[in-house]
Amino acid sequence: MILIHCPYCDEQRPGLEFAYAGEAHIARPADPSALSDEEWERFLFIRANPRGRHHERWRHIHGCARFFNAVRDTVSDKFELTYKAGEPRK
Amino acid sequence: MSGYRIDGLGRVDRSRRVNFTFDGQAYAGFAGDSLASALLAHGVTLFGRSFKYHRPRGLLGAGAEEPNALVTVERGGGVFTPNLRATAVEIHEGLVARSQNRWPSLKTDFGSINDRLGRFFPAGFYNKTFMWPRSFWEKLYEPAIRRMAGLGDAPTVADPDHYAATYAHCELLIIGAGPAGIDAALEAAGTKQRVILIDENAEMGGGALADPALAAWLERSLKALAEAPNVTLLKRTTAFGYYHDNFIGAVERLTDHLANPGPQSLRAPREQLWRIRAGEVVLATGAIERPLVFAGNDVPGVMLASAARTFLFRDGVAVGRNVAVMAAHDSGWKDACAMARAGMGVAAIIDCRSEVDPALVQEAESLGIDCLIHWSVVGVNGRHGVKSVQVLHHDDFLDRRLPCDALLMAGGWTPSVHLWSHSLGSLAWSDDWGAYLPDKPNEKVRCVGACAGKWSFGSGMNVGHLETNRNPAAIKAFVDFQNDVTAKDISLAVREGMKSVEHIKRYTTNGMATDQGKTSNLNALQLASAAMGKPVPEIGLTTFRPPYTPQTFGALAGHAQGPLFQPTRKSPIDSWAEAQGAVYEPVAQWRRARYFPKPGEDMHKAVARECLAVRERVGIFDASTLGKIEVIGPDAAEFLNRMYTNPWKALEPGRCRYGLLLGEDGFIRDDGVSARMAPDRFHLTTTTGGAARVLNMMEDYLQTEWPDLDVWLTSTTEQWAVIALQGPKAREVIAPLVQGIDLSPEAFPHMAVREGTICGVPTRLFRVSFTGELGFEINVPAGFGRHVWEQVFAAGQAHGITPYGTETMHVLRAEKGFIIVGQDTDGTVTPHDAGLDWAVGKKKPDFVGKRSLARPDIVADGRKQLVGLLTDNPAEVLEEGAQIVADPNQPVPMKMIGHVTSSYASATLGRSIAMALVADGRARVGQKLHIPMPGRVITATVTDTLFYDREGSRLDG
Repeated sequence: MILIHCPYCDEQRPGLEFAYAGEAHIARPADPSALSDEEWERFLFIRANPRGRHHERWRHIHGCARFFNAVRDTVSDKFELTYKAGEPRK
Repeated sequence: MSGYRIDGLGRVDRSRRVNFTFDGQAYAGFAGDSLASALLAHGVTLFGRSFKYHRPRGLLGAGAEEPNALVTVERGGGVFTPNLRATAVEIHEGLVARSQNRWPSLKTDFGSINDRLGRFFPAGFYNKTFMWPRSFWEKLYEPAIRRMAGLGDAPTVADPDHYAATYAHCELLIIGAGPAGIDAALEAAGTKQRVILIDENAEMGGGALADPALAAWLERSLKALAEAPNVTLLKRTTAFGYYHDNFIGAVERLTDHLANPGPQSLRAPREQLWRIRAGEVVLATGAIERPLVFAGNDVPGVMLASAARTFLFRDGVAVGRNVAVMAAHDSGWKDACAMARAGMGVAAIIDCRSEVDPALVQEAESLGIDCLIHWSVVGVNGRHGVKSVQVLHHDDFLDRRLPCDALLMAGGWTPSVHLWSHSLGSLAWSDDWGAYLPDKPNEKVRCVGACAGKWSFGSGMNVGHLETNRNPAAIKAFVDFQNDVTAKDISLAVREGMKSVEHIKRYTTNGMATDQGKTSNLNALQLASAAMGKPVPEIGLTTFRPPYTPQTFGALAGHAQGPLFQPTRKSPIDSWAEAQGAVYEPVAQWRRARYFPKPGEDMHKAVARECLAVRERVGIFDASTLGKIEVIGPDAAEFLNRMYTNPWKALEPGRCRYGLLLGEDGFIRDDGVSARMAPDRFHLTTTTGGAARVLNMMEDYLQTEWPDLDVWLTSTTEQWAVIALQGPKAREVIAPLVQGIDLSPEAFPHMAVREGTICGVPTRLFRVSFTGELGFEINVPAGFGRHVWEQVFAAGQAHGITPYGTETMHVLRAEKGFIIVGQDTDGTVTPHDAGLDWAVGKKKPDFVGKRSLARPDIVADGRKQLVGLLTDNPAEVLEEGAQIVADPNQPVPMKMIGHVTSSYASATLGRSIAMALVADGRARVGQKLHIPMPGRVITATVTDTLFYDREGSRLDG
C-alpha cells in the first residue's frame, strides 16, 4: 500500500486514508457563462492523462479531510511531492 | 521404519511416531516429516496425476516449487483443503490426505486416456478447436471442458475456521531464513532496529537444514535470534506479495499442523494475515533448481537433485537405493557426492557438458560413481517409478540402458526473484547463471545469498533442448509439469507465430499453473530462444505477480465476512422496528425497515395497509438515515447559492427549501429539503446514499474553488434522529407533546422549521411532506430518538397511528411524482429531463452545473424525459427497468425509447402507477407505448408524473 505525505498533517500516511480527486490545477472559470461551448468542453472533459509526471489532487479524507495537490509519476506510481491547495503548480 | 529411512540422518524426531493416511492407506512417519518425506520413506513414488494428460507423477521438488504432488487434506465435517503441495504439508497424528485428478484411483486412472490422445491436444488446442460453431460453446464445449478442468475439488461446506489479521512495522524485514537471511538478521540483532525474520517453512534454516555441517551454526544462530529482544521470528509464514513502499503481505499458518487444534468454538485462528511496513527489506529467498527437458523427465522418481539432497539430510529419507544423476551444473556433482558419502547408492552421473572440473570427476570416481561426461538421458523406463534410464553418448549417438531406481536432475539454478519483481525491481540477464538476476531496485530493498546470484556452487551451462537420437515429434519432454506443457508445445507456438514470451505463455499455458512456473519459466524461455534463434534477453520475461504461492481466501478476507463484511448502520429507532417484526432492506450501508407486516400479510398487503393509513389517518416513519450537513458561517447562504440550482440568499430563517444539486456537467447528483435556522446557519439534508458524496463535493468547492468563503461544513447525519409523521392527523398527534412552537397552519406553514421541545427534548421541527399529506419531520438528538418515537407512537394510538417503511414511503412519493435520485435519475438526467425546471433559478448568473445546461447535447431534442405511465390493465404492475418501445410489431432488435424507473401498485388510487424515462416523453403525453415482456406486450398510456391530489389540497391536513 502506497504511502502519501499529507502537506497539512506533514506526515507520511497509508494510502487508504486518502481519496484520489482528479487532475490538479483545473480551476473553475470565474464566469462560465462567458465561455464558448468548446472552452467549456475543455474545462469539463479534457484531461492531460500523461505518461509520467502527473499533477493531481488527493484528499486526506480519513485524516484532516483537506484537499491537496501532488505530483505522481504514472509509470512508477511514485509520489514526487505533495503541496497545499492553492499553491502554484510545481 | 522402512528401507528408505537412513539411520542417523535428518532432523525428524524419531522418538515421536505420527500416524496418518494417504488415499485411505495407513502410514506412519516421524514428527517433523512433511507428507512428502513420510510417504517417500515408505517407498511411495506416485503422488498424483497431471492436469491435462493424467500422467502418473511423483515429487519433483522438496519445497514451495513442487508442481506435481498436489493433495487434498481433510479438515473434518466435510471441510477439506485442495491443491496443497505434499512437500509443504506437515504430518500430524490423524492427518487424512488424498491424491487428486484421478478416477477411480491413483494407480488406475481413466483420464489417462488423454495421454494416448496427446497428439490431438497440441498447444492452443482449445483456441483452435472450440471456436465454431459459436452456439456449441455454451451448451457443449464449456460444460465438457469444465468437467475435465480444474485441480482438485472445491469444498462445498462453509469454512468453519476464522482468520486473524495484524499489522507490523519494522526497520528491517528479512524474507527467507536460510544462511543468508539468518546472517542478515544476526547482523541487525545487535542494533536497536526492529527486525522481523520470516520463513515459509515449519523450521527455519532453509538450505542449512539439508547440510549437516551447518547444524551447529544453525542452532547457535537461531538461539541468538530468539533471545534478541528486537528480533521477531515468524516461521510457517509466507511472504506472498511485495507492494508499494515496502508493504509486504504475509500469511502465517497457525493450526493446520496441529493434531488437535481444540474445539471449534475455542480454536485459534487458522491463519493470520500480516501486513508489514518495513523501512528496508532484505530478500533472502534463495534459488530453485531447474529440471532438465528430456523424454520421460516426468516419470515418478525423476526429481531435482537438490530435492533428493534435502529429503536425505533434512528428513533422513533416501529417494532411491541406486540413483543416477543427470547434471548440467556442478551442483549436481556436489549433491551426488554428498549423498554417496552419506551412504546412498549413486550409480552414475550423466553430464551433458563436454568438460567438467576434473576435481569433481576425481571425487565422484573415488566414491565409485560412474562418470558419463558428454552424455545425456534420452529416455526413462518405468511408468509408476524409474526402472532404468537410456543414456546417449554425444559422440557416437548410440544409447545404452543404465539401471537405477531414481533419476536426479541438476539443470542449474533460478534465483527466486518473485518478490523482487513484485516490487518492480528490474532484472538483468546473466549468461553465467543462465538466469535473470536482480538489477536495479525500485524500493529500499536488497537481495542477499542465492537470490542475488551469490554462492559458490560453481558453473553450469544454459540448456534448452538436450541432445537426443529420438524423433522430437514423438517424445514428450516436459517443461511445465503441472500444466503438461512439453518442449514440442513451445516450438509449435513459435512456429505458429507467437513472438513474445507473454504470447507463448498464454498459448501454451506454460507457467500459468498454481506453481506459476517456478520450475518451468527459464526452461521455456531457453527453448523459445533456441526455436526463434534469438538470445533470451530479447525474448523478455513473463511478469511475476502476487501471490508467491497460493493463499486461502480466508486469510485475505479475515474477519471481513458474513455480517462483518461491512458495517451495518442502524438508526436509533432500529431496535424498535426489529421488535415490531419489521422486514429490512439495505440502503447504502444502512438497514432500513421496508415494511411492518401484520400476521398473514405479504409485502403487497402490508404496504397497501400502510399507504392507506397515511392517507386517511397518520403514519410514522424513521427518516434518521437522511444525510444531514450543518452549514455554518457568514457566507453560508452565498455558498449554498453557488452549489444548488435554486436561490438561497433570500430564504428567511425559519423557512425550508427543496434543493437540487447538479454536477458541473449539468446532471442531477442529489436533492433534499434544507432549512435556514439562522442567517448564518443551515440544516441541509441529502439523500441517504448521497450523504458522504455530497459532503465531499461541497468540501471540494469550499476548499479549492472558493477558499475565500467563510463557511464550515459538519456532517450531522448520525447526530439527529428523524421521525417523519405524515397524514391528516399528524398535527393532532404531536400537539400535546410539543412545547414552545405554535403548530397552527398560519404560524407554522408548509416548508417551515421551528425550534422548541418535544417530550421535553430539544427539537428542530420541520413541516415538510414527502407524501403530499400534512407532515412533520421531528429532528431530535439521536440519543433521544427512540424515546421520542415511543412517546409519539403512544400519543398516536388514539388516531390510528401506523408505522410504515421505505416501501410505503416510495409508493406515497411516487403518487405525488416526487423523484428519488438514483432511481428515477441515473447520472444522465438534467433538471429539465426530470421536469424540475421550477427548481432552477433562472435569474442566477451561476451555480454548479449551470453552464452545462446550455450545452448543445443538453438542449437538443430527443432527450429522455421523466413521465408517468398508466397501464391499460390497472392491475398490471410494470417491472422497474423494463424497456419501452413505440411499436411492438417492429422486428427484433427493437428500438428502445426508454425504460421504467419506478412502478408500484397504488392502494390509494386502486391501480398501478409507474414513472419512466422516455425519449421526448413530455411530447408523448396521451400516447400509447409498449413494454415487451417475455411472451407478451404490455400497453400503457403516457401521463405526467402527478397521480394524486393535483391541487395540493391535503398539505394542511
